Amino acid sequence: MNLASLFFYLFSAVAIGSAFMVIASRNPVHSVLFLILTFVNAAGLFVLIGAEFLAMILVVVYVGAVAVLFLFVVMMLDVDFAELRQGFLQYLPAGAIVGLIFLVELLLVVGAWVTGPGIANAVKAPIPPASQVTNTQAIGRVLYTTYIHYFELAGIVLLVAMIGAIVLTLQHRKNVQRQNISAQNARNKKTAIEIRKVRPGQGI
Amino acid sequence: MYQAIVFLPLLGFLIAGAISIIGARGRNPGGMSEGHDTGHHHAPAVAGGGVIHETHHDDGHGHQEPAAWGSRPAEIVTTGLLMISAILSWVALFYVAFQGHDTRVPLMTWIAAGDLKVEWALRIDTMTAMMFVVVNSVSALVHLYSIGYMNEDPYRPRFFAYLSLFTFAMLMLVTADNLVQLFFGWEGVGLASYLLIGFWYHKPEANAAAIKAFIVNRVGDFGFALGIFAVFAMTGAVGFETVFASAKSLTGQHITIFGHAYDALTVICLLLFMGAMGKSAQFLLHTWLPDAMEGPTPVSALIHAATMVTAGVFMVARLSPLFELSPTALTFVTFIGATTAFFAATIGLVQNDIKRVVAYSTCSQLGYMFVAMGVGAYSVGMFHLFTHAAFKALLFLGSGSVIHAMHHEQDMRKMGGLRTKIPFTYWMMVIGTLALTGFPLTAGYYSKDAIIEAAAASHGHIAEYAFWLTVLAAGLTSFYSWRLIFMTFHGETRADHHTYDHVHESPPVILVPLAFLAVGASVLGFAFAGVFTHAHGVEEFFRESLFTANGWKVLEEMHHIPAWAAYIPTAMMALGFVVAWWFYISNPKLPHALAEQNPLLYQFLLNKWYFDELYDFIFVRPAKWLGRFFWKKGDVWLIDGFGPDGVSARVIDVTRRVVLLQTGYLYHYAFVMLIGVAALITWFIVKGATG
Amino acid sequence: MAISLSHYLTVGAILFTLGILGIFLNRKNVIVILMSIELILLAVNINLVSFSAFLNDIVGQIYALIVLTVAAAEAAIGLAILVVFYRNCGSIAVEDINAMKG
Repeated sequence: MNLASLFFYLFSAVAIGSAFMVIASRNPVHSVLFLILTFVNAAGLFVLIGAEFLAMILVVVYVGAVAVLFLFVVMMLDVDFAELRQGFLQYLPAGAIVGLIFLVELLLVVGAWVTGPGIANAVKAPIPPASQVTNTQAIGRVLYTTYIHYFELAGIVLLVAMIGAIVLTLQHRKNVQRQNISAQNARNKKTAIEIRKVRPGQGI
Repeated sequence: MYQAIVFLPLLGFLIAGAISIIGARGRNPGGMSEGHDTGHHHAPAVAGGGVIHETHHDDGHGHQEPAAWGSRPAEIVTTGLLMISAILSWVALFYVAFQGHDTRVPLMTWIAAGDLKVEWALRIDTMTAMMFVVVNSVSALVHLYSIGYMNEDPYRPRFFAYLSLFTFAMLMLVTADNLVQLFFGWEGVGLASYLLIGFWYHKPEANAAAIKAFIVNRVGDFGFALGIFAVFAMTGAVGFETVFASAKSLTGQHITIFGHAYDALTVICLLLFMGAMGKSAQFLLHTWLPDAMEGPTPVSALIHAATMVTAGVFMVARLSPLFELSPTALTFVTFIGATTAFFAATIGLVQNDIKRVVAYSTCSQLGYMFVAMGVGAYSVGMFHLFTHAAFKALLFLGSGSVIHAMHHEQDMRKMGGLRTKIPFTYWMMVIGTLALTGFPLTAGYYSKDAIIEAAAASHGHIAEYAFWLTVLAAGLTSFYSWRLIFMTFHGETRADHHTYDHVHESPPVILVPLAFLAVGASVLGFAFAGVFTHAHGVEEFFRESLFTANGWKVLEEMHHIPAWAAYIPTAMMALGFVVAWWFYISNPKLPHALAEQNPLLYQFLLNKWYFDELYDFIFVRPAKWLGRFFWKKGDVWLIDGFGPDGVSARVIDVTRRVVLLQTGYLYHYAFVMLIGVAALITWFIVKGATG
Repeated sequence: MAISLSHYLTVGAILFTLGILGIFLNRKNVIVILMSIELILLAVNINLVSFSAFLNDIVGQIYALIVLTVAAAEAAIGLAILVVFYRNCGSIAVEDINAMKG
């Protein structure tokens, strides 16, 4: 067994193990941390394959943004994990069986498929050898030319998501005073002061 | 003229009916018309006994309903039309019967379907003319009588309409030229009987009695209808002319029923006689007649004494060409007739309701008529029908007069000593009783004794059986008839003082019909004996309307029976009178003591030989059980359960279970999706592997 | 044994199944569901990239990039919805979210 295989098995095992722990652990914070571990190992797998750009993007976006977001929300919400374990075992048999069936079928497909004869000709954009072009450059060459529309659409999706998140969660607090700059700037002499006559001894 | 005789009563019915409906509309504008609600009550069969009291609406209620609008015009019109019809009937009798102008008056075609051709036609011959006289005379007198008897009743238009309807139906029956028209009249009188028995439909007993009469009649009608079908099947026609002409050719032919072959003529005659048994309240189908006394007394007089119950007798005589060719059927007729004569007389001995005594007497006398028919002496039977109509109607109407005087009390145990108070009624009743028992020179003497003589003259065991039973019945008849007179009119009164003081003679409109009938009961006997009981006279009088296979031999032989047989009916009559006198005038305590010493026999007779209980057990309970079974199990459980109710219940069950799938939990839905995907993939893999 | 496409696909399949199991086996809270969705998307990404590498086609990696973007956006929105839901109902236990019960 050479080093590549070893690393492959190492990364795969840890990835699968932490994925299992994501769904099995009691503490949601632990779940998030195990998710991070899964992502990192997946990134390792990507590096092994030769898609290092994607590996790094995985780490930056998934781990650095999404997982942290998860962590924020878990911390923010008052999640009581002690009593939420019941019922897990009730569904375990049925669920495990169905999951097992599913897995078996997938593996059947994986094990039994053969590559079609003309597949080599169907390649759209062959990867240039790594000695000449880095993975990043290779992606860039295709992304900004043929697949530019997808790139821009992805950008719009992100924009919509950002706006959506803000729209959903923004709430005006009633008892917090805020500045309204434009109203402040629009004040003039006439509306600034109001004169009231006060009788001596009475209040307003 | 014949059309007038038949259709004037119909006109009366229509006019009175219209008056009744209009009056009812006026009383209940917009609501259900009371006048035409003839009671759709479904009451169980009622056994006799219990309190005998003729109740009106006004009894015990305190208020009396006002007379219906148009009561007086309805009465006058219907009675007037019936009178005209009656007078014309007597004219027709002399014209047709004595002068021999038989005719056939076709009216219109009714059914013309393939081989079956049925016409409305009037067959006028001697028998028809005779029945015209009987029906119309009695009906006219009853109409007149009812004007007085029912004068307190608020629903007179309806009553008179039904009386006229009945008369019309009976006339259709007697003028029928074919079996289907006869059946129409047959059913019509059954209907009118139902309507009239249940006239006071607010009384549940009346409703029960009406339904009982109708249903028991229906049993007979079922046999009758089968007989008509058999006739049509064998001869291909229903008209009397055709059927009688081909009757001779039917002898010896067979009808196959359920795999067995029977003589065709016997089967036909027995089935037709079944109808007669029902209509004429013979043994086994007699249970409706005593209950029919729930109707007003004029109804009992008209329908259940003189006319409807004689329809069976008339039918047998009319179909004499068929019956004469089937000795078995005649034997059966004689047997039933004799048994009924005896059996009804035994029950009449102990009844306490005055109307029921007369009803059982009717039943018994009808048995006599059938005995005469059975031995082949059709004319004698018709003679007794003729005279019986007179004196039985007289007895019923007389009883009605008594009831009217006693202010609707019918129980003889509460009567007595009325002789001095209502003498005219008393003497009328005496005349009627003399005629019924066969006192010499009265009408009954000629006709009833002729029947007994005919039975004596006939050969065969059944004739002997009939002879002895009719003789015994004559004695019993005499006994109970005189018992009625003595209990009602003689001795110390047993009524309460208030009622007794108010007893007074009925108004003339009631008494005049009684007088007419008394004249008939006295005179009809020796006036008509010649044409009914002597062979030569019968030949000339009846000509084609009655058929005999052996030339009226029985009438000849009647005059040559041994002397003791000729005098024994009179002897029985005298014996009955003496015994009745001893029981009710000399030793009034004796009947009660005798009843106490023989409780079983007394109860057996009082409860009409327990026939009602027997039929209830055999027929009514199983029928009800069957009906309930089909309703509960068949209809509700099977059809509804597997049909609409079942389907809806199943749908609700399934829905309730399916709803449980909608838990609202997202992960359940995801789970289901996963299962679906797994199943789909499995299917594709398997399909790919095999296909 | 040389590491072939099948190995990577197997890893992807297992991760996918684990993600699916996580959706309906958990009774704890909704965040685990969202994390399971991320696992599923990760498995898809592994598939895409493996095919891209072994078929020598860069398009797979482009697709993986897009999927990644969308996954991130979806995670953000999902968490926003969760926060708002928590504000309104006070709980993120899975059993309490049954408003669609029919």
